Amino acid sequence: MTLEPFQTRIRDAAQRGVALRLRGGGTKDFYGNEPRGEVLDTRAYAGIVSYEPTELVITARCGTSLSEVERILEENGQCLPFEPPHFGAGATFGGCIAAGLSGPRAASAGALRDFVLGARIVDGRGRALGFGGQVIKNVAGYDVSRLLAGSLGTLGLLAEASLKVLPRPAEQLTLRLEMPQERALEAMQRWASQPLPLSATAWHDGELFVRLSGAAAAVRAGVAKIGGEPLDAAPWLAIREQSHAFFSASPLWRIAVPPVAAPLALPGAQLLEWGGALRWLAAAAPAGAVRDAAQRAGGHATLFRARDKSAGVFAPLAPTVARLHRGLKAAFDPVGILNPGRMYPEF
Amino acid sequence: MNALRAFLPARAVLHEEEDTRPYECDGLTAYRQLPMVVALPETEEQVQRVLQACAALGVPVVPRGAGTGLSGGALPPGDGVLLSMAKFMRVLRVDPRARVAIVQPGVRNAVISEVAAPFGLFYAPDPSSQIACTIGGNVSENSGGVHCLKYGLTLHNVLRLRGYTVEGEPIELGSEAPDAPGYDLLALAVGSEGMLMVVTEVAVKLLPLPQSARVIMASFDDVEKAGQAVAAVIAAGIIPAGLEMMDRPATHAVEQFVAAGYDLQAAAILLCESDGTPEEVDDEVARMMAVLAQAGAARMTVSRDEAERLRFWSGRKAAFPAVGRISPDYYCMDGTIPRKRLGEVLRFIAAMEKKYDLRCPNVFHAGDGNLHPLILFDANSAEELHRTELFAAEVLEKCVEVGGTITGEHGVGMEKINQMCVQFRPDELELFHSIKRVFDARGLLNPGKAVPTLARCAEYGRTRGRGVAAAHPELPRF
Repeated sequence: MTLEPFQTRIRDAAQRGVALRLRGGGTKDFYGNEPRGEVLDTRAYAGIVSYEPTELVITARCGTSLSEVERILEENGQCLPFEPPHFGAGATFGGCIAAGLSGPRAASAGALRDFVLGARIVDGRGRALGFGGQVIKNVAGYDVSRLLAGSLGTLGLLAEASLKVLPRPAEQLTLRLEMPQERALEAMQRWASQPLPLSATAWHDGELFVRLSGAAAAVRAGVAKIGGEPLDAAPWLAIREQSHAFFSASPLWRIAVPPVAAPLALPGAQLLEWGGALRWLAAAAPAGAVRDAAQRAGGHATLFRARDKSAGVFAPLAPTVARLHRGLKAAFDPVGILNPGRMYPEF
Repeated sequence: MNALRAFLPARAVLHEEEDTRPYECDGLTAYRQLPMVVALPETEEQVQRVLQACAALGVPVVPRGAGTGLSGGALPPGDGVLLSMAKFMRVLRVDPRARVAIVQPGVRNAVISEVAAPFGLFYAPDPSSQIACTIGGNVSENSGGVHCLKYGLTLHNVLRLRGYTVEGEPIELGSEAPDAPGYDLLALAVGSEGMLMVVTEVAVKLLPLPQSARVIMASFDDVEKAGQAVAAVIAAGIIPAGLEMMDRPATHAVEQFVAAGYDLQAAAILLCESDGTPEEVDDEVARMMAVLAQAGAARMTVSRDEAERLRFWSGRKAAFPAVGRISPDYYCMDGTIPRKRLGEVLRFIAAMEKKYDLRCPNVFHAGDGNLHPLILFDANSAEELHRTELFAAEVLEKCVEVGGTITGEHGVGMEKINQMCVQFRPDELELFHSIKRVFDARGLLNPGKAVPTLARCAEYGRTRGRGVAAAHPELPRF
């Protein structure tokens, strides 16, 4: 399997100045600004290139099904520690990395970008390039593969990537407690400052869910410290995939703030994750008010799901940072044909 | 100099040779260059004005922390300004609730954990030079340490950087929130070897201190067997807090120096650490010992108390200064390889010892595949130095060949710039140069480091780097 078809297609598009819409399973079409351009379907370029459990690294092609990757890891007692959301059965490995989204465990294990070790890409000139590698420590050259994570396909086609993987936790248990938001925030901070095996937290509508993962002894000690009632049916999958009833509202804002930020005084229902660092807001509040509140709290707000995206999906960038973004876009994709406008309308 | 004197006090602008001499090199002493001027600003505004002044005059600027780096990344510009961040030594804030420390770049790595300890927190990356190296330098090099398999590198533990572009524009990357909008420029800046921006403030993540930790010292009668034992531990679903290997020449050098209690009969020893709650540690130590025994460990000793644990580690951390005592000079390599190729690479290194008639003890961050072979040589012999350089180049190129990298944590700097030509193709190097130009269009910030020009790569083979001995032989390393 070669990258030649992608390269030819991208070179041709660059020559004609035609926008390309890089797309895997299309499960995240809703995310970012409206996709536009001719579809370049990545799914044919599929397959696991290498996976050796004792190296803690998996390398796969972009079109590989994300479920397939997770299944093979599971068979070997391992996992993607950042628990990426799929948002549909068709989710691909490449789309997962390009979107850069992480699930419930990210607050304790790290986010997707933390696990990226290397990538092969095709840039906007159709050049096949490789960065990083399959080893955990590597400081040769700028860290381009991590820059590509979450870049929404605007810098290059992520043809192949290597991710660090970890063993699945031996034990896992979810507790349910009842408390208002303010107390939940305080409790999550208190627990996070202690050596407890927290692997996920979520609060919504007076209910606080806490997941503990790790060695049996550590989980038992955690239960004793936290209290609450153990749950059989844990909500994590529903939260990760946004199939939980809370997420059916539109528009949906994703607000990332320092975990110590006070409850955000915004109209509408909220669901908190990541020890309070991720706050989902379901409300038709004015975009300006949401962004101001996020910024005052030291974070930023993304219009995650909405029919009307005229307010801009991502928080505006500081002028110098915006200039660097435009410069990087031009360095990777001088004609501006790869997913143009998907992240910010001006590039 | 006049431009700098306009806003810096006289004591903060050094230009007499006796004053600039201490800045002529970093930890890689074979590369020396007197800077035209050394600037020692004390405030962010002064840093900005230094950069603006240099930009206005088109003068190169090289930022520097403690100067402990081993790849010549802080080698001064002969025609420019060495920007020392040594005076930025303040811990600005420790927020135990948010588990964040805000520090200036000249704060030493070890100080962060010291100030966090009263809150039951610590800063995880612990390069062995941590008593001297600064967080600013760690950010530049994306430093690791002996606990990074479990706790990650600098990249994973830095939340936000503040600083200036080379033109003196203020810039902030990352956030104390879990992410920032747009591209992950923080990931690009960490490990960029001072080529993209000058950092004036760093927000780092603090973690809860593990309640207890114990380390197993396991002896093997064969180095490859020890390598397979590492794979077996990971295959058992265990991520040790630390997993280090030393071969017999390394343990012998160390034992004379610090009496760490290593098994001198063993062909290789593994140090395998567990941390967590006391129950967790007991459980994990028992599981690791079972796996190590199965993998053929000849003897195992578990640290009984904190003093013994620290003694076992003291030998590992002192490996470099210890080797410095048995040889006039040593050259440290920093390649990373997929662990499964360890046997092959060690056999290759042994063959190189014969080929070049030089000894080479090995210390190895076994958990993450990062090798530090130490070639022993005498820098007074030009011929021996030359053999050392050829030896090192062959080993680094072998690391690339087996699917690894020429540098795991020391950076490319000046030292490995030729090997970049082996690891990357011209198109990839060209993209690196394009990225550099986005941040620094005129190439004034730390020019000539980390990324070779295509012309240089064309030359490589005919010209080689000149020298390799390490400074600060007294410092623990890696």
